Order: sequence, then structure tokens, then C-alpha cells
Amino acid sequence: MRINTFFYTLRQGFRNIFRNKWFTLASIATISACLFLFGLFYAVVSNFQHIVKNAEQGVSVTVFFQEGLEDSRIQEIGEMIARRTEVSNVHFVSAEEAWESFKADYLGEYADGFTENPLADSANYQIYLSDVSMQPALVTYLESIEGVRKVNRSEVTARTLTGVNALVAYVSVGIIAILLAVSIFLISNTVTIGISVRKEEINIMKYIGATDFFVRSPFVIEGMLIGLIGAAIPLGIIYLLYNIVMEYIVERFSALSHLLSFLTVEQIFNVLIPVSIGIGVGIGFFGSITTVRKHLRV
Amino acid sequence: MSARGKRRRAVSENTEIISLNKVCKAYSTGAPALKDVDLHINKGEFVFIVGDSGSGKSTLIKLLLRELTITSGSINVMGYDLARIKHRKIPKFRRNIGIVFQDFRLLKDRNVYENVAFAQRIIQKSNKEIKKNVPSILAIVGLAGKYKAKPKQLSGGEQQRVALARALVNKPTVLLADEPTGNLDPKNSWEIMKLLEQINENGTTVLVVTHNREIVNAMQKRVITLKKGVIVSDEEKGGYIDED
Ligand SMILES: Nc1ncnc2c1ncn2[C@@H]1O[C@H](COP(=O)(O)OP(=O)(O)OP(=O)(O)O)[C@@H](O)[C@H]1O
Ligand SMILES: [Mg+2]
Repeated sequence: MRINTFFYTLRQGFRNIFRNKWFTLASIATISACLFLFGLFYAVVSNFQHIVKNAEQGVSVTVFFQEGLEDSRIQEIGEMIARRTEVSNVHFVSAEEAWESFKADYLGEYADGFTENPLADSANYQIYLSDVSMQPALVTYLESIEGVRKVNRSEVTARTLTGVNALVAYVSVGIIAILLAVSIFLISNTVTIGISVRKEEINIMKYIGATDFFVRSPFVIEGMLIGLIGAAIPLGIIYLLYNIVMEYIVERFSALSHLLSFLTVEQIFNVLIPVSIGIGVGIGFFGSITTVRKHLRV
Repeated sequence: MSARGKRRRAVSENTEIISLNKVCKAYSTGAPALKDVDLHINKGEFVFIVGDSGSGKSTLIKLLLRELTITSGSINVMGYDLARIKHRKIPKFRRNIGIVFQDFRLLKDRNVYENVAFAQRIIQKSNKEIKKNVPSILAIVGLAGKYKAKPKQLSGGEQQRVALARALVNKPTVLLADEPTGNLDPKNSWEIMKLLEQINENGTTVLVVTHNREIVNAMQKRVITLKKGVIVSDEEKGGYIDED
């Protein structure tokens, strides 16, 4: 295509947008609403997952040893555990450390009354998982190891977190699919109206010998521009709102601050910008090209 | 064919550019709009097509443009077999045809210059060529001073000149005009017809559908008369045939 044909087509695409202002506005508003919801959703979900992930990393399995087990065996068990793929981190806690931390957490100054370590048998491995859903399998394995006396686990937490993760994924996919369908429908309607408004012009173009491509391109560009603008608006709004909301939450729920670790706006936007623009422009392209194919059988 | 046979042809211009053999065109409803039409037009001819309302004149024009397809027979325009032409070849075919309608069909939101330039953009001319071609064609139709006007600021005659400029700017081989003076007063009608004649003298084959008896009788061109979808007369230097 010639360069000035390209610019002409681009200009016509822009013209279309202004020519049928109200329908364009309606489409942009809907796409914006959809992508705003999507952005909101993404921000909430990814923060939620971030928090869950942090919480998951806090979920540990503790392994205690049989009384008097020699250090070399304890060492061996540690190595066996570390080799498991679902294990992200193994940490050895000696009886002394266990006692010190217990004293610090619960006894404070009253600890002076003890002369001997009452937790003599409490040396253990603290195991952190990379994937909580693997916890039951790991526990079964750990219990089968010779020299292991007891395995403590937090099964309820693990199960809940796994369940919530799956639910969040399903719901998000569902809502996003619905929003996409609505947007495509609206773009398609806008383009259809644009075509009917310009029926006469299109007819003249055909008489003069315009190719299908030439007739169709402005409408496709119109669709893509609508998608682009429809993506830019919610991105702007979310960008402005994000920090305000995060600050508010942190302030309001300062008691939970150790649990609430949020993603930064940059981390969110690294994904949100390309995805939103991709979806917006993609919807615009798809919605207009299918419509134009249907209505402009030149 | 018999009417055709009697015609005397200009020696230098006898390559056939439009050729219809036993063409029938039936719409999905009603009687056929054209029946067994045999029509042969040479390069460089000026032809009037006349006939009553509903006699099939516009249908013929639409067939020549390949806006419609024939029901039976064969049709060849500028070497294109229009019964078989591939969809994607149609734009290329139409670029050699200029078309003018009774109702002008200008783009109302664009000025005179843009309306004419539009035809050049469609065939992907460069801006440089457009800037050269459009003013020169506007000068030919006598609108050089009004290139910035919007269609509704122009008289009917001026609007038809714009339409004519648009049809001509791509230098068509054939110009089709379907009642180009239908909405114009006698003075403007004459001016448009004179322009068409001038265009024809420069080598373009011109077909004009018209109801304008005076002009047809005065201009002494080939006249083809349709009646109920049938060619009832085809005369060199003919006149408008009165019915009943
Ligand atoms: N799209 C159509 N569908 C069905 N019938 C049609 C259609 N277009 C035209 N006709 C019929 O075909 C016949 C020829 O119509 P056409 O438009 O070619 O006439 P015309 O000679 O141009 O008339 P006018 O001088 O009024 O413009 C008429 O009987 C008309 O009713
Ligand atoms: Mg007609």
C-alpha cells in the first residue's frame, strides 16, 4: 500500500469515529467499563494471589525425630527432604533454638526459672513448600522415613488456599469471557451503524473501483481505535486510583499489615498495560473485521 | 444486428469496446428488464440511450458496470467478460469506467476538491499526482474557482460538473451517464451535454441515458431506443422516437 493511501485510510478511520460520535462514545464507554472491571479484577486477583503466595510460603510442615537419633541420620533426612521438588526451603531448628524462640515468644522474664532445656527433644526441620497443594503427598512421604517421630502440618490452611486459588481462576476466566463477548457485540454494532450511515459513500467508492481492502480498512481502523481508546481510559483511571486505594487499605487495616503485602502499581501495570491494550485493540479488530466482512461484500 | 449493420463507422475507431449478445436480464420479480439485447459499441463513439420509464435503460447501465450480472447471453466490456469476471478483478475493471448519475452522488461532507480527489485516492494515486490532476480537471468542467465549496453551496449544474470531474479524473476509457441532466434546467443540461461531447472528442467512449428530447434531436448522435427491455431502434445521427 502506498504511504499516502495508508495515511488517507488512517484519517478516514479517525473521521468515522467523529462522524458517528454517539455510537463511538457508547462503544468506547463499554469497552472502557469492561477493561476497567478487568483491570480492577486483575489488580485484586493478583494482589490476592500475592498475599496468598506469601501466606503459602508461611505454611510449613514440621518434622520431629525419634529420641536420641544420631546427628548423621538427622543430616541425611534433611538432605532427603531437600531433594523433593515441591520443597522450596528446609530449615533445621535445634532444640536450643526452639527453646530460645519459645522463651522469647511466650515466657519473657519468667524463663529464668528453668535450668534445663524442657524442649530437649524438639529439634526439628521446618519445611516450606513451593506448592501448597503438594502438602499431603509430602506428609505421607515424611511419615514413611525411618527416624521420624512426628510430622506436624497445617492441612486446613493448605486445602483452603488451594481451593480459593482455583475458584478465583474460574471466576475470573468466566467474567472476562462475558465482558469480551459484550464488547465485541458493541463494536460490531457501532461498525454496522457506521457502515449503514456511509452506505452511499461506500457505493460510490465501489463504482469508482475501490478494492474491498480499501473500503474495509477505515472501519477496521475505527474499530481498533475504539479499542485502543477504550483501553487507555481505564488504565489511566486505575493508575490514579491504585495508590490511593492501597494507602487507604494499609492505613485502615494497619493491624493486619504483616499479612497484607501489596504489589506495586508498576508490577501491576507491567502486565495490565500490554494485556488491556491487546484485548482492547484485539476486540476492536475482531469486532470490526467480522462485521465488515459480513456487510461489505463489495 | 440489422440496425447495427446499417451504421457507417469512423474508419480509425472501429475497435469494439462494448459488446452484448442476446443478453437477458430478469430480476427476481416481474417480467425480464432486458430481452435478447444485441449491442455493439466502438471505441470513441457517443451513444444516447432513450426509452420510456421502466424500459431497462438503468438496468443496461448497471450491467455495463457489472453492478448486476446478466441472466443469459454474453457481455464483454473493454475485453472483460462480465459474466465470468472474478470478484477481485472488478475494481480494476471499474477503474476504466467513469460513471455519472442523475442525483450527482457527491460526498456531502467534503468540498469540491476532496470529492474529485476521492476518486484518485481510491485508485491509490500519489498526493503529487492528485495535486496536479484535480485542479486541471476542475478547470475543464469550469469549476476552478469553487474548489473549496461544499456540495450544498453549489447549484445543481455545478454539482453535476463536480460529479463529472470525479468521473473523468481517472481518465476512463468509457463514460456512462444515467440521466445526467435529469435534475437540471435546460441551460445547465446543455452545458453538461456539451462537456460530454467535448470529453468524447478527446477519445472517451460516452453512453448517455436521457429523456431530453430536444438535446437528443439537436446533437445528431447515435441513438438506441429501448422499449420494454428490447432494442427497438438503433440509428446513426438519430432522433428521439416518439411513442404512441
Ligand atoms: N432491483 C429491481 N428489482 C426488481 N425489478 C427491478 C429492479 N430494478 C428495476 N426493476 C424493473 O426493471 C424494469 C427496468 O427498470 P430500469 O430501472 O432499468 O428502467 P429505466 O429505463 O431506467 O427507467 P427510468 O427511465 O424510470 O429510470 C422496470 O420494470 C423495473 O420495475
Ligand atoms: Mg433509470
